[in-house]
Amino acid sequence: MITQARIRETVADAVTKAGVLLPEDVSSALAEAYRAEGEGSVGKRVLGRILENLEAADACSLPLCQDTGMVLVFADIGTGVSADLANLNQAVEEGIVIAYRDNFFRKSIVKEPVFERENTGSNIPAVIYHTLVPGSDLTLHIVLKGFGSENCSALAMLNPTAGPEGVIEAVVRMVRDAGGKPCPPVVVGVGIGGTADRALQLSKRALLRDLTDRNPDNRYAHLEDQLLQAVNELHIGPGGLGGTVTALAVKTAAEATHIAGMPVGVSISCWADRKVSIILRDAEAETADAETAGRETAGRDTAGTPGVYDADAIRS
Amino acid sequence: MATSLRSILLPISRESVRTIRAGEEILLSGTMLVGRDQVHKRFHALLADGEPLPVSIKGETIYYMGPAPAPEGWAVGSCGPTTAARMDPFTPELLDAGLIGMIGKGPRSREVREAVVRNEGVYFYAYGGCGALYARKVTRLETAAFADLGPEALFRITVKEFPVIAAIDALGGSIL
Repeated sequence: MITQARIRETVADAVTKAGVLLPEDVSSALAEAYRAEGEGSVGKRVLGRILENLEAADACSLPLCQDTGMVLVFADIGTGVSADLANLNQAVEEGIVIAYRDNFFRKSIVKEPVFERENTGSNIPAVIYHTLVPGSDLTLHIVLKGFGSENCSALAMLNPTAGPEGVIEAVVRMVRDAGGKPCPPVVVGVGIGGTADRALQLSKRALLRDLTDRNPDNRYAHLEDQLLQAVNELHIGPGGLGGTVTALAVKTAAEATHIAGMPVGVSISCWADRKVSIILRDAEAETADAETAGRETAGRDTAGTPGVYDADAIRS
Repeated sequence: MATSLRSILLPISRESVRTIRAGEEILLSGTMLVGRDQVHKRFHALLADGEPLPVSIKGETIYYMGPAPAPEGWAVGSCGPTTAARMDPFTPELLDAGLIGMIGKGPRSREVREAVVRNEGVYFYAYGGCGALYARKVTRLETAAFADLGPEALFRITVKEFPVIAAIDALGGSIL
């Protein structure tokens, strides 16, 4: 049994770490971007300050950005998991409350969006998506989503005949419109397919990917390369002040859609790409899983759909 | 790096502003206001009603920022800039009312740029996302008004060698 306390404490620890220290793939990409920008350029100056900031956050245990975000959680729930799922959201949110309370994170969530906009004072509610997946693990993908970049999210409902050129044109337009607002160099998540809402959700899933990974589908890997090149040719640059590195990476996630359309959702992460994944595994289930693992995954190629972690699982 | 940069004192004088050119990195020291979306909305409502603002903005610089809580021994927590564009609709009237400087991140509207030139003001870019770095540059923070807004209240802060880049200068020069 994965207990409420274990979920709460694991989430609190993960969120605490995410707000202060960038994941290795992101900090490495920023260091690489610093090397890539020209000597004496304003882009290099901005990246130099960003690297200085990473050190300051680590040395002082301060959140690296004052916008510690709205917490976005993808809970991938193994169908064989042993946990009190009815109270999963509560346990996750309790962990968030602890992390924000104890680590000088800003509480940025308002109860209601239009009228009073009263701050909840706890940084919850979070946005939590649940997906059923094979196995008996509970995997929580957590993103601290800053809103300077979230405000640059966009959707394009393309024609079914638009092809990769149409996707590139739409994504480049959206990143150009975002300009310097989302704190470049950014990471661009592109969700393609499903319905309008699903495409945007997929774009968030795409942001979970390791920046150094390679899409297992060569067509989409090539599309990601083309997208990255096209976005960087905008020369928005670090801080939006010009330069060669506008995006650290472009990641796609694609799945089935309707014959009449091609939804393209774009989510942008600022350079402070705060993401963390935790896998909770029931000790008792571990033995049983080892025995049935071969049978559960047989006949299903989960890597077949590029960048999609859950599409097959939903249908299973 | 820091020794080669020009230092400018806050509140900034009109004479100083005239010497600033877009692209120059500058270290700011002194006091400034801090306010973001809701402060601007309330300022706008007060100006529209012909009411006085809770603090004078004449000659002031405003930093678009909402701080994270301060740990023991710190004046402020993480405190980097927020996106300036959201303040664009409210900005020209504040410049016309005497505001001289703004600090934020990202692009500004044409109307803001025109108001900067008309009033001989300046817009500084602060390094986006660098909240921990800026926390080290703030020596004092006090709430100036609208305490009910929590992290979105109007504050006054004292800074020392606070690094920015001039992004729009009084002649309309811009690096955005």
